[in-house]
Amino acid sequence: MALHCGKTCRQYLLHLAHDSVDFRLPELKALLALRGRQCDPSEAFREKSPFWRLCGLLEEDVRSVMSRTVCGKSAFELWGHGRTAAELKSSLLEYPIEKMTPFLQEESTYKINVYTFNKTLLFKDRIEKIDALGFLPFKGKVSLKDPDHIFCLLEDYGLDPNDIPEEPFHIYFGRWVADGQRELIRSHSVKKRHFIGNTSMDAGLSFIMANHAKVKAHDLVYDPFVGTGSLLVACSHFGAYVCGTDIDYNTIHGVGKASRKNQKWRGPDENIRANLRQYGTESFYVDVMVSDASKPVWRKGALFDAIITDPPYGIRESTRRTGSHKEIVSPPEDFSGESHVPVSMAYHLSDIFADLLNFAAHHLVMGGRLVYWLPIYRPEYCEEMVPLHPCLSVISNCEQTLSSHTSRRLITMEKIKEPEVYVLAHLADSRFSPYQGHNSFREKYFSGITKKNGKGSERTSKETQNLKNVQ
Amino acid sequence: MKLLTHNMLTSHVKGVTKGYPLLIKATEVKVNEVEFNPQFVSRMIPKLEWSALIQAAEGVGHRQDLPDTLVSNYENDEDFLHKVHRVLLEVEVIEGSLQCPESGREFPISKGVPNMLLNEDES
Repeated sequence: MALHCGKTCRQYLLHLAHDSVDFRLPELKALLALRGRQCDPSEAFREKSPFWRLCGLLEEDVRSVMSRTVCGKSAFELWGHGRTAAELKSSLLEYPIEKMTPFLQEESTYKINVYTFNKTLLFKDRIEKIDALGFLPFKGKVSLKDPDHIFCLLEDYGLDPNDIPEEPFHIYFGRWVADGQRELIRSHSVKKRHFIGNTSMDAGLSFIMANHAKVKAHDLVYDPFVGTGSLLVACSHFGAYVCGTDIDYNTIHGVGKASRKNQKWRGPDENIRANLRQYGTESFYVDVMVSDASKPVWRKGALFDAIITDPPYGIRESTRRTGSHKEIVSPPEDFSGESHVPVSMAYHLSDIFADLLNFAAHHLVMGGRLVYWLPIYRPEYCEEMVPLHPCLSVISNCEQTLSSHTSRRLITMEKIKEPEVYVLAHLADSRFSPYQGHNSFREKYFSGITKKNGKGSERTSKETQNLKNVQ
Repeated sequence: MKLLTHNMLTSHVKGVTKGYPLLIKATEVKVNEVEFNPQFVSRMIPKLEWSALIQAAEGVGHRQDLPDTLVSNYENDEDFLHKVHRVLLEVEVIEGSLQCPESGREFPISKGVPNMLLNEDES
């Protein structure tokens, strides 16, 4: 595919941020899918590289991606590239002159930037590199302040900061098209947000989740473990209408102990709606409710365009649902229902994921996406542990490391068919065994590897698990 | 609670087979202006249980003379979309409760937030 477009078709260069490396390709694919485009990287595509060359796109596609991405820093119309300055020069000379001239006109102003990855150049070296581009027919005037066109020479010195080569591995030259939305990470920082909790999702990751979920304007998005609504903030920024539920009355109502240092209690108006108001998206606020994610409070039907959530894993927020293991005792007759606090019981992680996938299968629109975090005990992880559902297809699975032995994986699934009415879709059970038992992940999280390896009984259970997977 | 949310909620009290729609018992209703978005309203209309919406709007006194049955070709009827917009997103029940039509169980609404939790013996 990419081969026959190689030199003839227009290529774009995407310069990516070097954090959240795992999340970048799924984000790009999702954002291109929103435009009805496939991701078509060039032949020498390396996912870990900070520079990706993309074929088969229009400038409008690229602009649309850049208006959403928090992984991408900038995009350029690629005019030439090579492994050496000489290769770059011959590549630039091959680029059709008629595609260059509109941006090199006499009455226009321009500037050339030099960007190096994994190396800092001296000012005089930068100037030298710019001067070496003198063979290009620049006719306009240089303006550093407010140029009409910006060009950029980008040099890639590899990924190893302890082994920086003298000469770059790859050089690119192109016309700047657009910047990504990295600014959102700062402007929506949790530090400056009105209402937060212990487990508020980081701004950058919230936007990445919204992008993986293909959230778009006029969508209806739901978060069943809404907490302080960080994911709703991100989705509403992209014009989606948002709603959420949480079992915690205090969080939903924004009362009780504050999560901020130097602040004992939450102030008035600390709630999700106020957060949306802070960012100017209150008109996209639908509702939040106190509700138990394990209970069917929504009527039948494909109600949501996306379900995006960060379920509790029992580390900093406990996993619970309403109900009791004890013999059920009816409340006394004179009991006023309102002041009774339902007893909450352990909500097994395996049940959380089974319920979540079932819920998504029933309540997502066709093609709608479920995006959620799955906690992982790294020594035991294998891809087969990711919960599956016959109506949902796995789109991506990205890791974020939490500690030496734990991580969480961002799972994106897309609804591909309607669930059959009478089958209560029960999921491939062996997959859930790592998550069976209340606090199953919590125990592993705090166990540490050495301690864990000493326990014979658990090793056997791991072996049985492996056996099951083989069968 | 907005009426859009009400339209999607159902009772989950144990043993109840006809838990929809929940009956709104409002003691305080407010109308908050929300930016009008005809595309969103048009997208939501086919997802709605229309009669439940009309019943709910009537119950809180904001029916806006909306018809009993959904009109066709509503996408181009700005006036109609405006009215649906008001009912779906601007009318809010601040205090009151939602009552299960079969069991009579009430779910309280306070400060605009419904509490759908059941006691352990009810679910």
